[in-house]
Amino acid sequence: MMDVLPYLVAAWIFLVGCYGLATSRNLIHAVGCLAVCQAATYVLLLSVGYRHSGTAPVFADLTPHTRPVVDPVVQALALTDVVVGATVTALLLALVIQVAKRHHTLDPDELSELRG
Amino acid sequence: MNRRQRLWVLLLGLAGVAALLVAAAFRLPTFGSDFHPYGDRAVHEALARHTANAIAAVNFDQRAFDTLGEESILFGAVLGTVVLLRQARDEHQVTPAPARVAAPVRRYALVLLPVTLVTGLYIVAHGQLTPGGGFQGGVVAATALHLLYIAVDYRALERIRPLGLFEVGDAVGEAAYLITGAAGLLAGTAYLTNALPLGTLDSLASGGTVPLLNAAIGMEVACAVVVLLARFLDQAVEIEEEGDRS
Repeated sequence: MMDVLPYLVAAWIFLVGCYGLATSRNLIHAVGCLAVCQAATYVLLLSVGYRHSGTAPVFADLTPHTRPVVDPVVQALALTDVVVGATVTALLLALVIQVAKRHHTLDPDELSELRG
Repeated sequence: MNRRQRLWVLLLGLAGVAALLVAAAFRLPTFGSDFHPYGDRAVHEALARHTANAIAAVNFDQRAFDTLGEESILFGAVLGTVVLLRQARDEHQVTPAPARVAAPVRRYALVLLPVTLVTGLYIVAHGQLTPGGGFQGGVVAATALHLLYIAVDYRALERIRPLGLFEVGDAVGEAAYLITGAAGLLAGTAYLTNALPLGTLDSLASGGTVPLLNAAIGMEVACAVVVLLARFLDQAVEIEEEGDRS
Protein backbone atom coordinates (compact mmCIF):
# COMPACT_ATOMS: atom_id res chain seq x y z
CA MET A 1 0.00 0.00 0.00
CA MET A 2 2.83 2.39 0.86
CA ASP A 3 4.12 1.82 -2.67
CA VAL A 4 1.17 3.61 -4.26
CA LEU A 5 0.06 5.92 -1.46
CA PRO A 6 1.86 9.06 -2.82
CA TYR A 7 0.26 8.52 -6.23
CA LEU A 8 -3.16 8.14 -4.62
CA VAL A 9 -2.59 11.33 -2.62
CA ALA A 10 -1.83 13.13 -5.89
CA ALA A 11 -5.01 11.74 -7.45
CA TRP A 12 -7.03 12.80 -4.40
CA ILE A 13 -5.66 16.37 -4.47
CA PHE A 14 -6.48 16.59 -8.19
CA LEU A 15 -10.04 15.35 -7.71
CA VAL A 16 -10.67 17.67 -4.75
CA GLY A 17 -9.44 20.59 -6.86
CA CYS A 18 -11.74 19.57 -9.74
CA TYR A 19 -14.70 19.29 -7.38
CA GLY A 20 -14.02 22.76 -6.00
CA LEU A 21 -13.56 24.18 -9.49
CA ALA A 22 -16.87 22.79 -10.73
CA THR A 23 -18.96 23.74 -7.69
CA SER A 24 -17.31 27.12 -7.13
CA ARG A 25 -19.58 30.16 -6.67
CA ASN A 26 -16.79 32.70 -6.71
CA LEU A 27 -14.23 33.18 -9.47
CA ILE A 28 -11.36 33.93 -7.08
CA HIS A 29 -12.15 30.69 -5.26
CA ALA A 30 -12.17 28.91 -8.64
CA VAL A 31 -8.68 30.22 -9.43
CA GLY A 32 -7.55 28.88 -6.05
CA CYS A 33 -9.08 25.48 -6.89
CA LEU A 34 -7.15 25.42 -10.16
CA ALA A 35 -3.98 25.97 -8.15
CA VAL A 36 -4.98 22.97 -5.98
CA CYS A 37 -5.37 20.83 -9.13
CA GLN A 38 -1.92 21.91 -10.19
CA ALA A 39 -0.48 21.08 -6.76
CA ALA A 40 -1.44 17.46 -7.48
CA THR A 41 1.08 17.42 -10.32
CA TYR A 42 3.87 18.54 -7.97
CA VAL A 43 3.10 15.64 -5.62
CA LEU A 44 2.92 13.22 -8.56
CA LEU A 45 6.19 14.42 -10.12
CA LEU A 46 8.15 14.36 -6.88
CA SER A 47 6.84 10.91 -5.94
CA VAL A 48 7.79 9.52 -9.35
CA GLY A 49 11.34 10.78 -8.80
CA TYR A 50 11.77 9.61 -5.21
CA ARG A 51 14.35 6.96 -4.37
CA HIS A 52 14.51 5.29 -0.93
CA SER A 53 17.02 7.01 1.39
CA GLY A 54 17.89 9.36 -1.48
CA THR A 55 18.96 12.93 -0.88
CA ALA A 56 18.74 16.11 -2.98
CA PRO A 57 20.75 15.94 -6.24
CA VAL A 58 22.92 18.89 -5.21
CA PHE A 59 26.64 18.20 -4.97
CA ALA A 60 27.71 21.40 -3.22
CA ASP A 61 28.21 19.52 0.04
CA LEU A 62 27.94 15.94 -1.15
CA THR A 63 30.65 13.84 -2.74
CA PRO A 64 29.26 12.27 -5.92
CA HIS A 65 28.45 8.53 -5.83
CA THR A 66 28.52 8.32 -2.03
CA ARG A 67 24.74 8.42 -1.53
CA PRO A 68 21.75 7.73 -3.75
CA VAL A 69 20.12 10.92 -5.00
CA VAL A 70 16.54 11.48 -6.14
CA ASP A 71 15.70 12.09 -9.81
CA PRO A 72 16.63 15.69 -10.82
CA VAL A 73 14.60 15.53 -14.05
CA VAL A 74 11.22 15.52 -12.32
CA GLN A 75 12.39 18.16 -9.85
CA ALA A 76 13.24 20.44 -12.78
CA LEU A 77 9.80 19.67 -14.23
CA ALA A 78 8.20 20.59 -10.91
CA LEU A 79 10.00 23.94 -11.05
CA THR A 80 8.63 24.54 -14.56
CA ASP A 81 5.24 23.56 -13.22
CA VAL A 82 5.40 26.08 -10.37
CA VAL A 83 6.42 28.90 -12.74
CA VAL A 84 3.68 28.15 -15.24
CA GLY A 85 1.18 27.80 -12.40
CA ALA A 86 2.09 31.21 -11.01
CA THR A 87 1.78 32.92 -14.40
CA VAL A 88 -1.56 31.24 -15.12
CA THR A 89 -2.86 32.34 -11.72
CA ALA A 90 -1.74 35.93 -12.35
CA LEU A 91 -3.40 36.03 -15.77
CA LEU A 92 -6.63 34.48 -14.48
CA LEU A 93 -6.82 36.91 -11.56
CA ALA A 94 -6.38 39.78 -14.02
CA LEU A 95 -9.32 38.36 -16.01
CA VAL A 96 -11.36 38.06 -12.80
CA ILE A 97 -10.74 41.75 -12.07
CA GLN A 98 -12.05 42.63 -15.55
CA VAL A 99 -15.10 40.37 -15.12
CA ALA A 100 -15.87 41.98 -11.76
CA LYS A 101 -15.62 45.45 -13.33
CA ARG A 102 -17.80 44.74 -16.36
CA HIS A 103 -20.42 42.47 -14.81
CA HIS A 104 -20.31 43.52 -11.13
CA THR A 105 -20.40 39.91 -10.00
CA LEU A 106 -17.96 37.11 -9.24
CA ASP A 107 -20.48 34.26 -9.34
CA PRO A 108 -19.86 32.17 -12.49
CA ASP A 109 -23.54 31.15 -12.54
CA GLU A 110 -24.57 34.76 -13.11
CA LEU A 111 -22.24 35.13 -16.08
CA SER A 112 -24.39 33.11 -18.45
CA GLU A 113 -25.53 35.88 -20.79
CA LEU A 114 -23.42 37.55 -23.44
CA ARG A 115 -22.85 41.25 -23.17
CA GLY A 116 -21.46 43.50 -25.85
CA MET B 1 -30.12 21.65 -15.66
CA ASN B 2 -30.28 22.77 -12.06
CA ARG B 3 -27.46 22.76 -9.52
CA ARG B 4 -28.42 19.41 -8.02
CA GLN B 5 -28.40 17.57 -11.35
CA ARG B 6 -25.12 19.19 -12.29
CA LEU B 7 -23.61 17.97 -9.03
CA TRP B 8 -24.65 14.40 -9.83
CA VAL B 9 -23.12 14.56 -13.30
CA LEU B 10 -19.95 15.97 -11.75
CA LEU B 11 -19.75 13.23 -9.11
CA LEU B 12 -20.26 10.57 -11.79
CA GLY B 13 -17.43 12.03 -13.84
CA LEU B 14 -15.13 12.39 -10.85
CA ALA B 15 -15.79 8.77 -9.84
CA GLY B 16 -14.82 7.65 -13.33
CA VAL B 17 -11.64 9.71 -13.34
CA ALA B 18 -10.83 8.49 -9.81
CA ALA B 19 -11.18 4.85 -10.92
CA LEU B 20 -8.86 5.45 -13.88
CA LEU B 21 -6.29 7.28 -11.74
CA VAL B 22 -6.26 4.52 -9.10
CA ALA B 23 -5.87 1.87 -11.81
CA ALA B 24 -3.00 3.89 -13.29
CA ALA B 25 -1.33 4.37 -9.88
CA PHE B 26 -0.91 0.59 -9.52
CA ARG B 27 0.83 0.41 -12.90
CA LEU B 28 3.33 3.20 -12.16
CA PRO B 29 6.92 2.35 -11.13
CA THR B 30 7.01 1.47 -7.43
CA PHE B 31 7.42 4.51 -5.18
CA GLY B 32 11.02 4.93 -4.02
CA SER B 33 12.40 2.25 -6.36
CA ASP B 34 16.02 2.28 -7.46
CA PHE B 35 15.20 2.38 -11.17
CA HIS B 36 15.66 5.97 -12.46
CA PRO B 37 17.38 5.72 -15.85
CA TYR B 38 16.78 9.37 -16.78
CA GLY B 39 17.75 10.63 -13.34
CA ASP B 40 21.01 8.67 -13.35
CA ARG B 41 21.93 9.98 -16.78
CA ALA B 42 21.01 13.55 -15.85
CA VAL B 43 23.18 13.40 -12.71
CA HIS B 44 26.05 11.94 -14.74
CA GLU B 45 25.75 14.72 -17.34
CA ALA B 46 25.50 17.43 -14.65
CA LEU B 47 28.73 16.24 -13.04
CA ALA B 48 30.40 16.01 -16.45
CA ARG B 49 29.50 19.70 -16.99
CA HIS B 50 30.80 20.66 -13.51
CA THR B 51 27.37 21.85 -12.33
CA ALA B 52 26.91 20.95 -8.66
CA ASN B 53 23.16 21.58 -8.66
CA ALA B 54 21.88 18.81 -10.93
CA ILE B 55 18.43 20.44 -11.17
CA ALA B 56 19.97 23.65 -12.54
CA ALA B 57 21.94 21.52 -14.99
CA VAL B 58 18.72 19.91 -16.23
CA ASN B 59 16.92 23.25 -16.49
CA PHE B 60 19.64 25.44 -17.98
CA ASP B 61 21.85 22.98 -19.82
CA GLN B 62 20.15 19.75 -20.82
CA ARG B 63 16.67 21.25 -21.18
CA ALA B 64 17.75 24.86 -21.78
CA PHE B 65 15.49 25.13 -24.81
CA ASP B 66 12.44 24.11 -22.75
CA THR B 67 13.34 26.76 -20.21
CA LEU B 68 13.35 29.30 -23.03
CA GLY B 69 9.75 28.28 -23.69
CA GLU B 70 8.92 28.53 -19.99
CA GLU B 71 10.49 31.97 -19.81
CA SER B 72 8.47 33.04 -22.83
CA ILE B 73 5.28 31.84 -21.16
CA LEU B 74 6.11 34.11 -18.22
CA PHE B 75 6.89 36.97 -20.59
CA GLY B 76 3.61 36.45 -22.46
CA ALA B 77 1.59 36.20 -19.27
CA VAL B 78 3.05 39.46 -17.97
CA LEU B 79 2.26 41.13 -21.28
CA GLY B 80 -1.31 39.78 -21.11
CA THR B 81 -1.76 41.04 -17.55
CA VAL B 82 -0.43 44.48 -18.46
CA VAL B 83 -2.93 44.68 -21.31
CA LEU B 84 -5.84 43.37 -19.21
CA LEU B 85 -5.20 45.62 -16.23
CA ARG B 86 -4.61 48.89 -18.06
CA GLN B 87 -6.54 51.97 -17.07
CA ALA B 88 -9.81 51.94 -18.99
CA ARG B 89 -11.44 55.00 -20.54
CA ASP B 90 -14.09 55.26 -17.82
CA GLU B 91 -11.57 55.12 -15.01
CA HIS B 92 -9.35 57.73 -13.47
CA GLN B 93 -6.27 57.70 -11.34
CA VAL B 94 -6.27 58.94 -7.76
CA THR B 95 -3.21 59.81 -5.73
CA PRO B 96 -2.92 57.31 -2.89
CA ALA B 97 -3.13 58.92 0.51
CA PRO B 98 -0.15 58.52 2.83
CA ALA B 99 -0.89 56.01 5.55
CA ARG B 100 0.31 55.74 9.12
CA VAL B 101 2.46 52.68 9.72
CA ALA B 102 3.07 51.25 13.18
CA ALA B 103 6.69 51.82 14.22
CA PRO B 104 7.59 48.13 14.76
CA VAL B 105 6.23 47.21 11.32
CA ARG B 106 8.23 50.04 9.75
CA ARG B 107 11.45 49.02 11.51
CA TYR B 108 10.94 45.36 10.66
CA ALA B 109 10.33 46.00 6.96
CA LEU B 110 13.16 48.52 6.57
CA VAL B 111 15.67 46.18 8.24
CA LEU B 112 14.47 43.24 6.19
CA LEU B 113 14.48 45.06 2.83
CA PRO B 114 18.26 45.02 2.19
CA VAL B 115 18.57 41.53 3.71
CA THR B 116 15.88 40.18 1.38
CA LEU B 117 17.38 41.91 -1.65
CA VAL B 118 20.85 40.46 -0.98
CA THR B 119 19.34 37.03 -0.31
CA GLY B 120 17.56 37.16 -3.66
CA LEU B 121 20.73 38.11 -5.53
CA TYR B 122 22.66 35.41 -3.62
CA ILE B 123 20.13 32.77 -4.64
CA VAL B 124 20.39 33.85 -8.30
CA ALA B 125 24.20 33.89 -8.23
CA HIS B 126 24.51 30.46 -6.58
CA GLY B 127 21.91 28.74 -8.74
CA GLN B 128 24.51 26.41 -10.26
CA LEU B 129 25.78 25.32 -6.82
CA THR B 130 22.95 25.19 -4.29
CA PRO B 131 19.17 24.89 -4.52
CA GLY B 132 17.75 28.03 -6.09
CA GLY B 133 18.41 29.89 -9.30
CA GLY B 134 16.99 32.66 -11.42
CA PHE B 135 13.32 31.87 -10.91
CA GLN B 136 13.47 31.55 -7.13
CA GLY B 137 15.96 34.37 -6.53
CA GLY B 138 14.12 36.71 -8.89
CA VAL B 139 10.91 36.34 -6.91
CA VAL B 140 12.75 36.95 -3.62
CA ALA B 141 14.47 40.08 -4.98
CA ALA B 142 11.17 41.45 -6.32
CA THR B 143 9.52 40.82 -2.95
CA ALA B 144 12.23 42.91 -1.26
CA LEU B 145 11.13 46.08 -3.08
CA HIS B 146 7.57 45.59 -1.93
CA LEU B 147 8.64 45.65 1.71
CA LEU B 148 8.84 49.39 1.16
CA TYR B 149 5.07 49.41 0.55
CA ILE B 150 4.62 47.75 3.94
CA ALA B 151 7.17 49.97 5.70
CA VAL B 152 6.18 53.36 4.28
CA ASP B 153 3.35 53.64 1.74
CA TYR B 154 2.49 53.21 -1.91
CA ARG B 155 4.03 56.49 -3.03
CA ALA B 156 7.40 55.49 -1.55
CA LEU B 157 7.22 52.24 -3.51
CA GLU B 158 6.40 54.14 -6.70
CA ARG B 159 9.44 56.37 -6.27
CA ILE B 160 11.91 53.46 -6.26
CA ARG B 161 9.99 51.58 -8.92
CA PRO B 162 10.16 53.30 -12.31
CA LEU B 163 7.80 50.90 -14.06
CA GLY B 164 9.05 51.68 -17.57
CA LEU B 165 12.56 50.65 -16.56
CA PHE B 166 11.30 47.36 -15.12
CA GLU B 167 9.31 46.64 -18.28
CA VAL B 168 12.51 47.17 -20.28
CA GLY B 169 14.37 44.96 -17.78
CA ASP B 170 11.85 42.20 -18.36
CA ALA B 171 12.49 42.31 -22.10
CA VAL B 172 16.27 42.59 -21.63
CA GLY B 173 16.25 39.46 -19.44
CA GLU B 174 14.38 37.54 -22.12
CA ALA B 175 16.74 38.88 -24.82
CA ALA B 176 19.83 38.01 -22.74
CA TYR B 177 18.67 34.40 -22.61
CA LEU B 178 18.17 34.31 -26.39
CA ILE B 179 21.58 35.87 -27.04
CA THR B 180 23.40 33.58 -24.59
CA GLY B 181 21.86 30.72 -26.50
CA ALA B 182 23.35 32.09 -29.69
CA ALA B 183 26.83 31.73 -28.11
CA GLY B 184 26.47 28.02 -28.86
CA LEU B 185 25.95 28.84 -32.55
CA LEU B 186 29.12 30.98 -32.60
CA ALA B 187 31.06 28.09 -31.06
CA GLY B 188 29.92 25.96 -33.98
CA THR B 189 27.42 23.76 -32.12
CA ALA B 190 23.67 23.80 -31.64
CA TYR B 191 21.59 26.65 -30.18
CA LEU B 192 21.76 26.87 -26.36
CA THR B 193 24.57 24.31 -26.15
CA ASN B 194 26.75 24.82 -23.09
CA ALA B 195 29.84 25.99 -25.01
CA LEU B 196 31.64 28.11 -22.40
CA PRO B 197 34.59 26.87 -20.26
CA LEU B 198 33.16 24.68 -17.51
CA GLY B 199 35.30 25.77 -14.53
CA THR B 200 35.82 23.68 -11.40
CA LEU B 201 32.94 21.81 -9.80
CA ASP B 202 31.61 23.61 -6.73
CA SER B 203 33.10 27.02 -7.48
CA LEU B 204 31.08 30.14 -8.30
CA ALA B 205 32.40 30.23 -11.89
CA SER B 206 31.36 26.73 -12.90
CA GLY B 207 28.78 25.21 -15.17
CA GLY B 208 29.58 27.20 -18.34
CA THR B 209 26.47 29.05 -19.49
CA VAL B 210 24.34 27.93 -16.51
CA PRO B 211 25.15 30.97 -14.28
CA LEU B 212 24.66 33.35 -17.22
CA LEU B 213 21.27 31.89 -18.08
CA ASN B 214 20.37 31.97 -14.38
CA ALA B 215 21.24 35.66 -14.24
CA ALA B 216 19.15 36.38 -17.34
CA ILE B 217 16.19 34.49 -15.86
CA GLY B 218 16.69 36.18 -12.49
CA MET B 219 16.51 39.60 -14.11
CA GLU B 220 13.45 38.72 -16.13
CA VAL B 221 11.58 37.14 -13.22
CA ALA B 222 12.38 39.98 -10.80
CA CYS B 223 11.21 42.60 -13.31
CA ALA B 224 8.18 40.52 -14.30
CA VAL B 225 7.03 40.13 -10.70
CA VAL B 226 7.50 43.85 -10.04
CA VAL B 227 5.47 44.75 -13.16
CA LEU B 228 2.76 42.19 -12.34
CA LEU B 229 2.37 43.33 -8.74
CA ALA B 230 2.42 46.97 -9.83
CA ARG B 231 -0.54 46.34 -12.16
CA PHE B 232 -2.51 44.55 -9.45
CA LEU B 233 -1.62 47.16 -6.80
CA ASP B 234 -2.57 50.00 -9.16
CA GLN B 235 -6.00 48.43 -9.52
CA ALA B 236 -6.40 48.24 -5.77
CA VAL B 237 -4.86 51.57 -4.78
CA GLU B 238 -4.87 54.05 -7.65
CA ILE B 239 -7.46 53.31 -10.31
CA GLU B 240 -11.09 54.11 -9.60
CA GLU B 241 -14.22 53.88 -11.67
CA GLU B 242 -15.90 57.11 -12.69
CA GLY B 243 -19.38 57.13 -11.18
CA ASP B 244 -21.38 53.93 -11.13
CA ARG B 245 -21.63 52.45 -14.58
CA SER B 246 -24.24 49.80 -15.23
